[in-house]
Amino acid sequence: MNAPVPPPSACGGIDFHQEHGQRAVFCGLTGIVWLHRKIQDAFFLVVGSRTCAHLIQSAAGVMIFAEPRFATAIIDERDLAGIADANEELDRVVTRLIERRPDIKLLFLVGSCPSEVIKLDLSRAAQRLSGRLAPVRVLNYSGSGIETTFTQGEDACLAALVPELPRAPAEAAPSLLIVGALADVVEDQFLRIFAAMGIADVRFLPARRAGAMPAIGRGTRYLLAQPFLAETARALDERGAHRLAAPFPLGAEGTTGWLQAAAEAFGVDDTTFAAATAAGRARAETALAPHREKLGGKRVFFFPDSQLEVPLARFLARELGANLVEVGTPYLHRAHLAAEIEMLPAGTRVTEGQSLDDQMDRCRAARPDLTVCGLGLANPLEAEGLSTKWSIELLFTPVQGYEQAGDLAELFARPLRRRALLEV
Amino acid sequence: MQLTLWTYEGPPHIGAMRVATAMTGLHYVLHAPQGDTYADLLFTMIERRDTRPPVTYTTFRAQDLGRDTAELFKTSVAAAYARFQPQAMIVGASCTAELIQDDPGGLAKALDLPIPVIPLELPAYQKKENWGASETFYRLVRALAGAPAPRTAREPGRRPLCNILGPTALGFRHRDDLIEIRRLLDSLGIDVNVVAPLGASPADLGRLKDADFNVVLYPETARSAAEYLKKNFGQPFTQEVPLGVGATNRFVAEVAALAGVDPEPILDGPGSRLPWYSRSVDSTYLTAKRVFVFGDATHAIGIARMAAGELGFTVVGLGTYGREFAREVRAEAARHGIEALITDDYLDVEAAIRAAAPELVLGTQMERHVAKRLGIPCAVISAPVHVQDFPARYAPQMGFEGANVLFDTLVHPLMMGLEEHLLGMFREDPEFHDGVGPSHLGGNPRAVSAADVPEVLETADPAPATAPILLDEDVVITAAPWAPEAEKELKKIPFFVRGKARSNTEKFARERRLPLITLETLYDAKAHYGR
Repeated sequence: MNAPVPPPSACGGIDFHQEHGQRAVFCGLTGIVWLHRKIQDAFFLVVGSRTCAHLIQSAAGVMIFAEPRFATAIIDERDLAGIADANEELDRVVTRLIERRPDIKLLFLVGSCPSEVIKLDLSRAAQRLSGRLAPVRVLNYSGSGIETTFTQGEDACLAALVPELPRAPAEAAPSLLIVGALADVVEDQFLRIFAAMGIADVRFLPARRAGAMPAIGRGTRYLLAQPFLAETARALDERGAHRLAAPFPLGAEGTTGWLQAAAEAFGVDDTTFAAATAAGRARAETALAPHREKLGGKRVFFFPDSQLEVPLARFLARELGANLVEVGTPYLHRAHLAAEIEMLPAGTRVTEGQSLDDQMDRCRAARPDLTVCGLGLANPLEAEGLSTKWSIELLFTPVQGYEQAGDLAELFARPLRRRALLEV
Repeated sequence: MQLTLWTYEGPPHIGAMRVATAMTGLHYVLHAPQGDTYADLLFTMIERRDTRPPVTYTTFRAQDLGRDTAELFKTSVAAAYARFQPQAMIVGASCTAELIQDDPGGLAKALDLPIPVIPLELPAYQKKENWGASETFYRLVRALAGAPAPRTAREPGRRPLCNILGPTALGFRHRDDLIEIRRLLDSLGIDVNVVAPLGASPADLGRLKDADFNVVLYPETARSAAEYLKKNFGQPFTQEVPLGVGATNRFVAEVAALAGVDPEPILDGPGSRLPWYSRSVDSTYLTAKRVFVFGDATHAIGIARMAAGELGFTVVGLGTYGREFAREVRAEAARHGIEALITDDYLDVEAAIRAAAPELVLGTQMERHVAKRLGIPCAVISAPVHVQDFPARYAPQMGFEGANVLFDTLVHPLMMGLEEHLLGMFREDPEFHDGVGPSHLGGNPRAVSAADVPEVLETADPAPATAPILLDEDVVITAAPWAPEAEKELKKIPFFVRGKARSNTEKFARERRLPLITLETLYDAKAHYGR
């Protein structure tokens, strides 16, 4: 039998392109909106400009009104006059904040574009304040848009936590660590499946409370729950933990592959694995079936946004029968996405980076049935007659695992259903 | 460094975007990192605009800082010109690009484009959104209005001609105010030459000078431009902002004087229902309702004056986040015998609302949330805007129809408040508590024991969900206890004044350091506050 001839520009089976130009994406500060909900005694203080504060309140919408656990220290003219002054100002602001919020156990100083450009050393500030405010721990990371794109803010935050994690004893038995913020309900579902597989020692990063962060060491095997955690993975590797290569737990197939990676690493036999996952797989199949009719054969276009695009595209193509016109992603991490890229239909156009106007031209020319894009583009494309799914919802809604496979499909099916319903 | 959880205004380049997005044929190239592109969603989601704002962001990244961000800026300007073919461009920097000092104006000029390219200097670390909108509009007018010239006298027989200045994209009810004011001007026999920025092209700004005078609807965005036009083209401009019936009458008189027409047929506009609604006896209960007003200066001033003079409310608080107009707001506050609150810190506003203990709050979306926490009825009367501030229906605030809308806006929350009080009052009744089903569904009791029936709450002041903000000392001092017979007497007082009677009595006891509130104290306090 002859080996198939790969398409000329194929690269791991996909039609890979890189683009440079104007990007229409959030910066890493946006991650604060879901991270503060996840770590319930952490506070996120952005050291930035009025633009940063305005971005977060625009992205966080109504959450802002509940005296949330995030805020912005707005740099003004006087701070720009001299760095020493800015440090004193920061100390004053943080001290006032901690006095007012005694419930806070962990404070993140979050760097922004302006703080990076004026080279305000937030790691030194964090060290200094950690000493002064003990037992409150103060850490720092950058969510600046010159260094991070949207979900990379979570990566930077978790990477900052890794050096602080307790060391697991050398003789400790292998344990499983799930890395990446997941909804509490999803974590609990996974815990039950792992327990059924006989894996009892399962921890999550980030933990729900600052004092409950998992210990790690050479026995730690970790599964990434999100595809955008390159720096976190590097930091975990440095501490001796081992990444389990897997697809991501989006859709039934991805979830099975993801659980399978843990099963193999922990020596779970096939029968136990099948028994632990059978019910979830069956329920996911039931939930997915009705959406397959609506999404089967539909042409889907992804604008780059969260780095979830490749796993989502794989799910839409393989489990729902959609056709992929273009899969845009801000970055393509080839190692972490190896299993995903493998599963994409051969010849899928994957675009890394963005040149907004050119990409909009391609999208208009292709007239896809569904366009997955950010909030800034959704209404303009709808007005041009294209159905859109705004992508930020994919971060705020529980979508991982068997029980959410149907919900995930529904997120994509709803815009099509709505368009069919409307008579106006 | 200022600690903030929420900001009334965005940075100044958002103001520039509000002007650029309002106009046609204009393009804005903004030197900014990728995160700043969030601003698109303000226009496409909050205002539901059907196109992207006409903005190109350079979206420079850390790796570009070591190379040539200036070159990136030039490429972006050239590409934006080639693609969009605008009549004119504005160029500038957001907060981060301001720090790297690339000089967008100089770089764009070096490209020698065949269109006007107007540089904007919007200091992001000093100024805010409304200033940015005003400065941008001023710069555009300055650059595009043409060479200064004295105003020529109107030819006999030609209808008077004016420009309407101020409405922008993302403006609070600007869309409908504009329709209302155009209608009003038309009924006075005045033609509209150019409306700007909303709907104007750069070429239209070149025709501004053809008008006899300017109507300034929103001084926050248009006063600087109007002053420029006055100085260079001799065009006078209006001072009165037509919020409320009285202000609309004054506006009509002012405009009529500028145009040399007769205001009489239009005064007290035939479609104006507010005066009668306010005089009708069912409005008696509005008398001296304590109201707290906060917003941009234009709306805060206009609504406060209207609330006092046209609804009979007592203005117990008035403030603005717009420091540029502090003087005007202070003057208006003095008319109400109070001190103005000039702040952009919403925590200060919340503290002031608590201290003033109003019965109605008229503010922004933030005051709506504060009022909700405090259990006070509220209506939103000013930007910053929310998707709810772009209703599908016609809902101006200005002109006679705007006054009708404002009457409803200001009165409905009080009606709702009354309904909530009624619910609170009847909650203890045997056939109305949480344990019984609705009477129209047969009233079958739900399985709730008598112990679970809640006590009636008289003060709608739920504990805040998070750490409270501590205010004046006396707010946290515990009130003297109530003697049983005084408590019993209090319950006989009609529910709608009961909360006030309780707080007045407790304040009275506290000020006199009384150890116990007796029947005597209750009536002493009533006499004291009834004076």
